[in-house]
Amino acid sequence: MVSKPHGDKLVRKIAARKTRERILSEKDEFPKLTVSTAVAIDAENIAHGIYSPLTGFMRSYELSSVLEHMRLPNDLPWTIPIVLDAPEDSVNFDEGDAVLLFHGGEVIARMYVDEIYRFDKKEFSEKVFRTSSEEHPGVRKVINMGEYLVGGEIELLNEVENPFAAYTLRPVETRVLFKERGWNTIVAFQTRNVPHMGHEYVQKAALTFVDGLFINPVIGKKKKGDYKDDVILRCYEVLFRNYYPTNASVLATVRYEMKYAGPREAVHHAIMRKNFGCTHFIVGRDHAGVGNFYKPYEAQEIFEEFPDLGIVPMFFREFFFCKKCGSIVNEKVCPHPKEYREYFSGTKIREMITRGEKVPPHFMREEVYDALKSFDDPFVGEDE
Amino acid sequence: MSEDKKKKYTTVSIPTPLYEKIKKRIEDTGFTSVSDYVTYVLREVLASLEEEEKEEVFSKEEEEKVKERLRALGYLD
Repeated sequence: MVSKPHGDKLVRKIAARKTRERILSEKDEFPKLTVSTAVAIDAENIAHGIYSPLTGFMRSYELSSVLEHMRLPNDLPWTIPIVLDAPEDSVNFDEGDAVLLFHGGEVIARMYVDEIYRFDKKEFSEKVFRTSSEEHPGVRKVINMGEYLVGGEIELLNEVENPFAAYTLRPVETRVLFKERGWNTIVAFQTRNVPHMGHEYVQKAALTFVDGLFINPVIGKKKKGDYKDDVILRCYEVLFRNYYPTNASVLATVRYEMKYAGPREAVHHAIMRKNFGCTHFIVGRDHAGVGNFYKPYEAQEIFEEFPDLGIVPMFFREFFFCKKCGSIVNEKVCPHPKEYREYFSGTKIREMITRGEKVPPHFMREEVYDALKSFDDPFVGEDE
Repeated sequence: MSEDKKKKYTTVSIPTPLYEKIKKRIEDTGFTSVSDYVTYVLREVLASLEEEEKEEVFSKEEEEKVKERLRALGYLD
Protein backbone atom coordinates (compact mmCIF):
# COMPACT_ATOMS: atom_id res chain seq x y z
CA MET A 1 0.00 0.00 0.00
CA VAL A 2 1.21 3.52 -0.77
CA SER A 3 2.42 5.74 2.08
CA LYS A 4 -0.13 7.32 4.33
CA PRO A 5 0.05 11.12 4.18
CA HIS A 6 2.29 12.76 6.75
CA GLY A 7 0.13 13.22 9.84
CA ASP A 8 -2.27 10.56 8.45
CA LYS A 9 -4.63 12.84 6.57
CA LEU A 10 -4.14 14.39 3.15
CA VAL A 11 -4.86 18.08 3.51
CA ARG A 12 -7.24 19.62 0.95
CA LYS A 13 -7.70 23.33 1.38
CA ILE A 14 -9.38 24.26 -1.85
CA ALA A 15 -12.44 26.49 -1.59
CA ALA A 16 -15.68 24.88 -2.73
CA ARG A 17 -17.05 26.31 -5.97
CA LYS A 18 -19.84 28.35 -4.36
CA THR A 19 -17.59 29.66 -1.60
CA ARG A 20 -14.99 30.63 -4.17
CA GLU A 21 -17.51 32.49 -6.31
CA ARG A 22 -18.86 34.33 -3.27
CA ILE A 23 -15.40 35.34 -2.03
CA LEU A 24 -14.32 36.51 -5.46
CA SER A 25 -17.49 38.58 -5.85
CA GLU A 26 -16.75 40.22 -2.50
CA LYS A 27 -13.02 40.52 -2.97
CA ASP A 28 -12.91 44.29 -2.58
CA GLU A 29 -14.23 43.96 0.96
CA PHE A 30 -11.20 42.03 2.20
CA PRO A 31 -7.79 43.39 3.19
CA LYS A 32 -5.24 42.44 0.54
CA LEU A 33 -1.74 41.10 0.83
CA THR A 34 0.47 40.70 -2.22
CA VAL A 35 2.80 37.74 -1.94
CA SER A 36 5.87 36.50 -3.81
CA THR A 37 5.78 33.62 -6.29
CA ALA A 38 7.44 31.37 -3.71
CA VAL A 39 4.74 32.11 -1.13
CA ALA A 40 1.97 31.73 -3.72
CA ILE A 41 3.32 28.31 -4.65
CA ASP A 42 3.65 27.38 -0.98
CA ALA A 43 -0.02 28.27 -0.59
CA GLU A 44 -0.84 25.96 -3.48
CA ASN A 45 1.28 23.20 -2.00
CA ILE A 46 -0.48 23.55 1.34
CA ALA A 47 -3.87 23.48 -0.38
CA HIS A 48 -3.08 20.37 -2.39
CA GLY A 49 -1.66 18.47 0.56
CA ILE A 50 1.95 18.43 -0.60
CA TYR A 51 2.81 19.90 2.80
CA SER A 52 0.32 17.79 4.78
CA PRO A 53 -0.39 18.12 7.69
CA LEU A 54 0.08 21.89 7.34
CA THR A 55 -3.17 23.71 6.70
CA GLY A 56 -1.66 27.18 6.57
CA PHE A 57 1.42 29.26 7.12
CA MET A 58 3.23 28.71 10.39
CA ARG A 59 2.49 30.62 13.57
CA SER A 60 5.34 31.57 15.89
CA TYR A 61 4.98 28.49 18.14
CA GLU A 62 5.14 26.23 15.07
CA LEU A 63 8.10 28.08 13.64
CA SER A 64 10.07 27.90 16.87
CA SER A 65 9.30 24.20 17.24
CA VAL A 66 10.54 23.57 13.69
CA LEU A 67 13.66 25.68 14.16
CA GLU A 68 14.47 24.21 17.56
CA HIS A 69 13.38 20.57 17.29
CA MET A 70 12.87 19.94 13.57
CA ARG A 71 9.38 18.84 14.53
CA LEU A 72 5.91 20.35 14.62
CA PRO A 73 4.46 21.02 18.07
CA ASN A 74 2.67 17.62 17.91
CA ASP A 75 6.08 15.93 17.51
CA LEU A 76 5.68 15.13 13.82
CA PRO A 77 8.96 15.51 11.89
CA TRP A 78 9.12 18.81 10.00
CA THR A 79 12.39 20.51 9.12
CA ILE A 80 11.70 23.51 6.86
CA PRO A 81 9.67 26.53 7.97
CA ILE A 82 6.72 27.29 5.71
CA VAL A 83 6.13 30.94 6.41
CA LEU A 84 4.50 33.94 4.81
CA ASP A 85 6.64 37.05 5.10
CA ALA A 86 5.40 40.59 4.69
CA PRO A 87 7.10 43.97 4.80
CA GLU A 88 5.80 46.28 7.52
CA ASP A 89 3.99 48.64 5.14
CA SER A 90 1.93 45.78 3.67
CA VAL A 91 0.49 44.65 7.00
CA ASN A 92 -2.75 46.65 6.85
CA PHE A 93 -4.82 44.06 8.73
CA ASP A 94 -5.04 42.58 12.21
CA GLU A 95 -4.92 39.20 13.81
CA GLY A 96 -8.35 37.63 13.42
CA ASP A 97 -8.95 39.14 9.97
CA ALA A 98 -9.61 37.19 6.81
CA VAL A 99 -7.20 38.45 4.16
CA LEU A 100 -6.96 37.76 0.46
CA LEU A 101 -3.55 36.80 -0.86
CA PHE A 102 -2.74 38.24 -4.28
CA HIS A 103 -0.08 37.26 -6.75
CA GLY A 104 0.45 38.85 -10.16
CA GLY A 105 -2.73 40.86 -9.70
CA GLU A 106 -4.83 37.72 -9.15
CA VAL A 107 -6.41 36.48 -5.94
CA ILE A 108 -4.92 33.13 -5.03
CA ALA A 109 -6.11 32.37 -1.52
CA ARG A 110 -8.02 33.47 1.50
CA MET A 111 -6.11 33.45 4.75
CA TYR A 112 -7.42 33.60 8.29
CA VAL A 113 -4.75 35.57 10.12
CA ASP A 114 -4.02 34.01 13.49
CA GLU A 115 -0.81 35.81 14.24
CA ILE A 116 1.42 38.58 12.94
CA TYR A 117 4.91 38.37 14.42
CA ARG A 118 8.51 39.39 13.97
CA PHE A 119 11.29 36.86 13.57
CA ASP A 120 15.02 36.73 13.97
CA LYS A 121 16.54 36.30 10.50
CA LYS A 122 19.93 35.30 11.82
CA GLU A 123 18.53 32.60 14.06
CA PHE A 124 16.25 31.43 11.23
CA SER A 125 19.25 31.12 8.88
CA GLU A 126 21.55 29.48 11.38
CA LYS A 127 18.97 26.85 12.26
CA VAL A 128 17.71 26.10 8.75
CA PHE A 129 20.91 26.51 6.73
CA ARG A 130 23.44 25.91 9.53
CA THR A 131 25.08 29.18 8.52
CA SER A 132 24.32 32.88 8.38
CA SER A 133 26.85 33.50 5.61
CA GLU A 134 25.51 35.63 2.81
CA GLU A 135 27.37 33.38 0.40
CA HIS A 136 24.54 30.92 0.94
CA PRO A 137 21.64 31.58 -1.51
CA GLY A 138 19.06 30.57 1.10
CA VAL A 139 20.47 33.02 3.62
CA ARG A 140 20.38 35.77 1.03
CA LYS A 141 16.68 35.11 0.49
CA VAL A 142 15.98 35.22 4.20
CA ILE A 143 17.77 38.55 4.49
CA ASN A 144 15.49 39.92 1.78
CA MET A 145 12.32 38.64 3.42
CA GLY A 146 9.82 41.06 4.97
CA GLU A 147 10.20 41.88 8.66
CA TYR A 148 6.92 40.26 9.66
CA LEU A 149 5.56 36.76 9.38
CA VAL A 150 1.85 36.12 9.08
CA GLY A 151 0.52 32.79 10.35
CA GLY A 152 -2.83 31.19 9.75
CA GLU A 153 -4.91 28.78 7.70
CA ILE A 154 -5.49 29.26 4.01
CA GLU A 155 -7.98 28.22 1.39
CA LEU A 156 -6.98 28.18 -2.26
CA LEU A 157 -9.17 30.18 -4.63
CA ASN A 158 -7.09 30.20 -7.83
CA GLU A 159 -4.06 28.32 -9.09
CA VAL A 160 -0.88 30.21 -9.85
CA GLU A 161 -0.12 30.31 -13.58
CA ASN A 162 1.76 27.14 -14.45
CA PRO A 163 3.62 26.66 -17.74
CA PHE A 164 4.09 22.97 -16.93
CA ALA A 165 0.49 22.17 -16.00
CA ALA A 166 0.46 19.05 -18.16
CA TYR A 167 3.30 17.60 -16.08
CA THR A 168 2.07 18.78 -12.69
CA LEU A 169 0.42 16.11 -10.60
CA ARG A 170 -0.98 16.62 -7.10
CA PRO A 171 -0.90 14.04 -4.32
CA VAL A 172 -4.55 13.16 -4.85
CA GLU A 173 -3.67 12.35 -8.47
CA THR A 174 -0.46 10.42 -7.85
CA ARG A 175 -2.22 8.36 -5.21
CA VAL A 176 -4.91 7.34 -7.69
CA LEU A 177 -2.28 6.80 -10.38
CA PHE A 178 -0.15 4.51 -8.18
CA LYS A 179 -3.24 2.56 -7.17
CA GLU A 180 -4.38 2.17 -10.78
CA ARG A 181 -0.96 0.91 -11.75
CA GLY A 182 -1.03 -1.59 -8.90
CA TRP A 183 2.10 -0.20 -7.25
CA ASN A 184 2.49 -0.79 -3.54
CA THR A 185 6.03 0.47 -3.21
CA ILE A 186 7.20 3.59 -4.98
CA VAL A 187 10.58 5.26 -4.86
CA ALA A 188 10.79 9.00 -5.46
CA PHE A 189 13.70 10.83 -7.02
CA GLN A 190 13.93 14.56 -6.51
CA THR A 191 15.95 16.49 -9.04
CA ARG A 192 16.90 19.97 -10.21
CA ASN A 193 19.37 18.71 -12.81
CA VAL A 194 19.34 17.29 -16.28
CA PRO A 195 19.91 13.56 -16.02
CA HIS A 196 23.38 12.12 -16.46
CA MET A 197 24.28 8.44 -16.39
CA GLY A 198 24.91 8.53 -12.65
CA HIS A 199 21.34 9.68 -12.02
CA GLU A 200 19.96 7.02 -14.31
CA TYR A 201 22.00 4.35 -12.58
CA VAL A 202 20.78 5.37 -9.12
CA GLN A 203 17.15 5.59 -10.24
CA LYS A 204 17.20 2.20 -11.91
CA ALA A 205 19.09 0.60 -9.03
CA ALA A 206 16.39 1.86 -6.66
CA LEU A 207 13.60 0.72 -8.99
CA THR A 208 14.99 -2.82 -8.79
CA PHE A 209 13.68 -3.03 -5.22
CA VAL A 210 10.23 -1.45 -5.61
CA ASP A 211 7.19 -1.47 -7.89
CA GLY A 212 7.45 2.01 -9.33
CA LEU A 213 9.78 4.94 -9.88
CA PHE A 214 8.50 8.49 -9.44
CA ILE A 215 10.83 11.07 -10.99
CA ASN A 216 9.79 14.40 -9.59
CA PRO A 217 11.77 17.38 -10.93
CA VAL A 218 11.43 20.60 -9.01
CA ILE A 219 10.00 23.45 -11.05
CA GLY A 220 10.49 26.91 -9.65
CA LYS A 221 13.06 29.53 -8.80
CA LYS A 222 16.60 28.29 -8.75
CA LYS A 223 20.01 29.78 -8.34
CA LYS A 224 22.38 31.07 -10.97
CA GLY A 225 23.98 28.26 -12.93
CA ASP A 226 21.19 25.73 -12.31
CA TYR A 227 19.41 24.29 -15.33
CA LYS A 228 16.26 26.04 -16.48
CA ASP A 229 13.00 24.21 -15.81
CA ASP A 230 12.09 23.55 -19.44
CA VAL A 231 15.57 22.15 -20.08
CA ILE A 232 15.30 19.66 -17.23
CA LEU A 233 11.89 18.55 -18.35
CA ARG A 234 12.83 18.18 -22.01
CA CYS A 235 15.89 16.10 -21.13
CA TYR A 236 13.86 13.81 -18.89
CA GLU A 237 11.16 13.43 -21.56
CA VAL A 238 13.81 12.19 -23.97
CA LEU A 239 15.37 9.88 -21.43
CA PHE A 240 11.99 8.44 -20.46
CA ARG A 241 10.95 7.87 -24.04
CA ASN A 242 14.09 5.97 -24.89
CA TYR A 243 15.31 4.23 -21.76
CA TYR A 244 12.65 3.86 -19.05
CA PRO A 245 10.01 1.16 -18.62
CA THR A 246 6.74 3.10 -18.95
CA ASN A 247 4.83 0.59 -16.83
CA ALA A 248 7.18 1.11 -13.90
CA SER A 249 8.04 4.79 -14.01
CA VAL A 250 6.30 8.14 -13.90
CA LEU A 251 7.62 11.61 -14.65
CA ALA A 252 5.77 14.49 -13.04
CA THR A 253 6.88 17.85 -11.75
CA VAL A 254 6.38 19.57 -8.43
CA ARG A 255 6.39 23.33 -8.02
CA TYR A 256 8.64 24.34 -5.20
CA GLU A 257 11.39 26.84 -4.58
CA MET A 258 14.67 25.18 -3.69
CA LYS A 259 16.08 26.34 -0.36
CA TYR A 260 19.52 24.68 -0.65
CA ALA A 261 19.21 23.76 3.02
CA GLY A 262 21.05 20.46 2.58
CA PRO A 263 20.18 18.00 5.39
CA ARG A 264 17.03 19.71 6.60
CA GLU A 265 15.76 20.07 3.07
CA ALA A 266 16.45 16.42 2.28
CA VAL A 267 14.00 15.46 5.03
CA HIS A 268 11.51 18.00 3.74
CA HIS A 269 11.81 16.59 0.23
CA ALA A 270 11.12 13.12 1.63
CA ILE A 271 8.01 14.35 3.48
CA MET A 272 6.66 15.95 0.31
CA ARG A 273 7.10 12.68 -1.59
CA LYS A 274 5.49 10.74 1.24
CA ASN A 275 2.45 12.94 0.71
CA PHE A 276 2.48 12.00 -2.98
CA GLY A 277 2.16 8.40 -1.80
CA CYS A 278 5.78 7.30 -2.20
CA THR A 279 7.16 4.72 0.20
CA HIS A 280 10.87 5.28 -0.51
CA PHE A 281 13.00 8.29 -1.22
CA ILE A 282 16.44 8.45 -2.82
CA VAL A 283 19.02 10.50 -0.97
CA GLY A 284 22.29 10.85 -2.78
CA ARG A 285 25.50 12.69 -2.14
CA ASP A 286 25.12 16.33 -1.02
CA HIS A 287 21.36 16.28 -1.45
CA ALA A 288 19.92 19.83 -1.68
CA GLY A 289 23.36 21.19 -0.91
CA VAL A 290 25.18 24.17 -2.29
CA GLY A 291 28.89 25.00 -2.45
CA ASN A 292 30.74 23.47 0.48
CA PHE A 293 28.18 24.34 3.13
CA TYR A 294 27.38 20.72 3.95
CA LYS A 295 29.42 17.55 4.28
CA PRO A 296 28.88 15.16 1.37
CA TYR A 297 26.72 12.72 3.36
CA GLU A 298 25.26 15.05 5.99
CA ALA A 299 21.90 14.90 4.23
CA GLN A 300 21.86 11.12 4.74
CA GLU A 301 23.00 11.21 8.36
CA ILE A 302 20.14 13.48 9.44
CA PHE A 303 17.61 10.74 8.72
CA GLU A 304 18.87 8.87 11.80
CA GLU A 305 17.02 11.48 13.85
CA PHE A 306 13.70 10.57 12.26
CA PRO A 307 12.82 6.91 12.76
CA ASP A 308 9.17 8.00 12.67
CA LEU A 309 9.33 9.72 9.28
CA GLY A 310 7.06 7.20 7.54
CA ILE A 311 9.04 7.02 4.29
CA VAL A 312 12.13 4.90 3.80
CA PRO A 313 15.24 6.79 2.70
CA MET A 314 17.39 4.91 0.20
CA PHE A 315 20.96 6.08 0.56
CA PHE A 316 23.35 5.97 -2.34
CA ARG A 317 27.06 6.64 -2.24
CA GLU A 318 28.69 8.48 -5.08
CA PHE A 319 28.75 6.63 -8.38
CA PHE A 320 31.49 6.99 -10.97
CA PHE A 321 32.51 5.49 -14.27
CA CYS A 322 35.43 3.07 -13.86
CA LYS A 323 37.48 2.72 -17.02
CA LYS A 324 38.80 -0.65 -15.87
CA CYS A 325 35.36 -2.05 -14.96
CA GLY A 326 33.94 -0.41 -18.08
CA SER A 327 30.76 0.49 -16.20
CA ILE A 328 29.17 2.72 -13.59
CA VAL A 329 30.14 1.56 -10.12
CA ASN A 330 30.75 2.86 -6.63
CA GLU A 331 33.50 2.42 -4.06
CA LYS A 332 31.81 -0.60 -2.56
CA VAL A 333 31.83 -2.67 -5.73
CA CYS A 334 34.89 -1.38 -7.60
CA PRO A 335 38.35 -2.64 -6.59
CA HIS A 336 40.30 -0.36 -8.92
CA PRO A 337 42.43 2.63 -7.96
CA LYS A 338 41.31 6.23 -8.34
CA GLU A 339 43.11 6.89 -11.61
CA TYR A 340 40.54 4.72 -13.39
CA ARG A 341 37.61 6.72 -12.04
CA GLU A 342 35.65 9.45 -13.78
CA TYR A 343 33.22 11.17 -11.45
CA PHE A 344 29.84 12.53 -12.52
CA SER A 345 30.51 16.11 -11.61
CA GLY A 346 27.60 18.41 -12.38
CA THR A 347 30.01 21.33 -12.47
CA LYS A 348 32.27 19.54 -14.94
CA ILE A 349 29.33 18.68 -17.19
CA ARG A 350 28.08 22.29 -17.04
CA GLU A 351 31.54 23.54 -17.99
CA MET A 352 31.72 21.17 -20.96
CA ILE A 353 28.32 22.32 -22.18
CA THR A 354 29.23 25.98 -21.75
CA ARG A 355 32.42 25.44 -23.76
CA GLY A 356 30.40 23.66 -26.43
CA GLU A 357 32.20 20.36 -25.86
CA LYS A 358 30.36 17.11 -26.35
CA VAL A 359 29.64 15.26 -23.13
CA PRO A 360 30.87 11.67 -23.59
CA PRO A 361 28.16 8.97 -23.75
CA HIS A 362 29.35 7.24 -20.59
CA PHE A 363 28.50 10.52 -18.81
CA MET A 364 25.29 11.46 -20.59
CA ARG A 365 22.96 9.74 -23.06
CA GLU A 366 23.39 11.16 -26.53
CA GLU A 367 19.66 11.87 -26.81
CA VAL A 368 19.80 13.85 -23.58
CA TYR A 369 22.85 15.75 -24.76
CA ASP A 370 21.11 16.58 -28.07
CA ALA A 371 18.02 17.82 -26.20
CA LEU A 372 20.22 19.93 -23.96
CA LYS A 373 22.11 21.39 -26.90
CA SER A 374 18.86 22.40 -28.58
CA PHE A 375 18.62 25.23 -26.03
CA ASP A 376 20.60 28.39 -26.68
CA ASP A 377 21.18 28.96 -23.00
CA PRO A 378 20.17 26.10 -20.73
CA PHE A 379 21.23 27.79 -17.48
CA VAL A 380 19.56 30.17 -15.07
CA GLY A 381 21.30 33.52 -15.50
CA GLU A 382 20.94 35.13 -12.09
CA ASP A 383 19.48 34.18 -8.71
CA GLU A 384 15.84 34.88 -9.39
CA MET B 1 -18.09 -18.37 36.48
CA SER B 2 -21.59 -18.64 35.03
CA GLU B 3 -22.15 -20.52 31.75
CA ASP B 4 -23.12 -17.22 30.10
CA LYS B 5 -19.90 -15.49 31.14
CA LYS B 6 -17.82 -18.50 30.05
CA LYS B 7 -19.17 -18.08 26.53
CA LYS B 8 -18.27 -14.37 26.47
CA TYR B 9 -14.79 -14.62 27.91
CA THR B 10 -11.77 -16.77 27.39
CA THR B 11 -8.46 -17.12 29.15
CA VAL B 12 -5.09 -15.93 27.89
CA SER B 13 -1.86 -16.36 29.76
CA ILE B 14 0.57 -13.67 30.66
CA PRO B 15 3.78 -14.07 32.68
CA THR B 16 3.21 -13.88 36.44
CA PRO B 17 5.72 -11.02 37.00
CA LEU B 18 3.87 -8.97 34.37
CA TYR B 19 0.56 -9.80 36.05
CA GLU B 20 1.98 -8.59 39.39
CA LYS B 21 3.34 -5.42 37.79
CA ILE B 22 -0.04 -4.58 36.25
CA LYS B 23 -1.82 -5.38 39.51
CA LYS B 24 0.36 -2.84 41.26
CA ARG B 25 -0.05 -0.27 38.52
CA ILE B 26 -3.88 -0.33 38.56
CA GLU B 27 -4.12 0.27 42.31
CA ASP B 28 -6.16 3.41 42.91
CA THR B 29 -7.18 3.66 39.25
CA GLY B 30 -10.58 3.04 37.73
CA PHE B 31 -9.60 -0.47 36.71
CA THR B 32 -11.05 -3.12 38.98
CA SER B 33 -9.02 -6.06 37.69
CA VAL B 34 -5.95 -6.93 35.68
CA SER B 35 -8.26 -8.45 33.05
CA ASP B 36 -10.09 -5.14 32.62
CA TYR B 37 -6.84 -3.28 32.21
CA VAL B 38 -5.41 -5.77 29.72
CA THR B 39 -8.65 -5.69 27.72
CA TYR B 40 -8.50 -1.88 27.62
CA VAL B 41 -4.89 -1.79 26.47
CA LEU B 42 -5.41 -4.43 23.79
CA ARG B 43 -8.42 -2.57 22.42
CA GLU B 44 -6.36 0.58 22.22
CA VAL B 45 -3.57 -1.20 20.41
CA LEU B 46 -5.91 -2.87 17.95
CA ALA B 47 -7.74 0.39 17.24
CA SER B 48 -4.51 2.13 16.49
CA LEU B 49 -3.41 -0.71 14.21
CA GLU B 50 -6.73 -0.56 12.37
CA GLU B 51 -6.33 3.16 12.00
CA GLU B 52 -3.01 2.56 10.33
CA GLU B 53 -4.55 0.09 7.93
CA LYS B 54 -7.19 2.51 6.72
CA GLU B 55 -6.90 3.28 3.05
CA GLU B 56 -7.23 6.71 1.57
CA VAL B 57 -10.86 7.06 0.64
CA PHE B 58 -11.96 9.27 -2.19
CA SER B 59 -15.51 9.59 -3.32
CA LYS B 60 -16.23 7.64 -6.51
CA GLU B 61 -16.99 10.87 -8.31
CA GLU B 62 -13.74 12.48 -7.20
CA GLU B 63 -11.69 9.44 -8.16
CA GLU B 64 -13.30 9.36 -11.61
CA LYS B 65 -12.48 13.03 -12.12
CA VAL B 66 -8.86 12.40 -11.17
CA LYS B 67 -8.67 9.41 -13.52
CA GLU B 68 -10.11 11.52 -16.33
CA ARG B 69 -7.33 14.09 -15.92
CA LEU B 70 -4.69 11.35 -15.69
CA ARG B 71 -5.99 9.84 -18.93
CA ALA B 72 -6.08 13.24 -20.63
CA LEU B 73 -2.45 13.81 -19.67
CA GLY B 74 -1.41 10.36 -20.86
CA TYR B 75 -0.60 8.95 -17.41
CA LEU B 76 -3.36 6.32 -17.67
CA ASP B 77 -4.60 4.36 -20.67
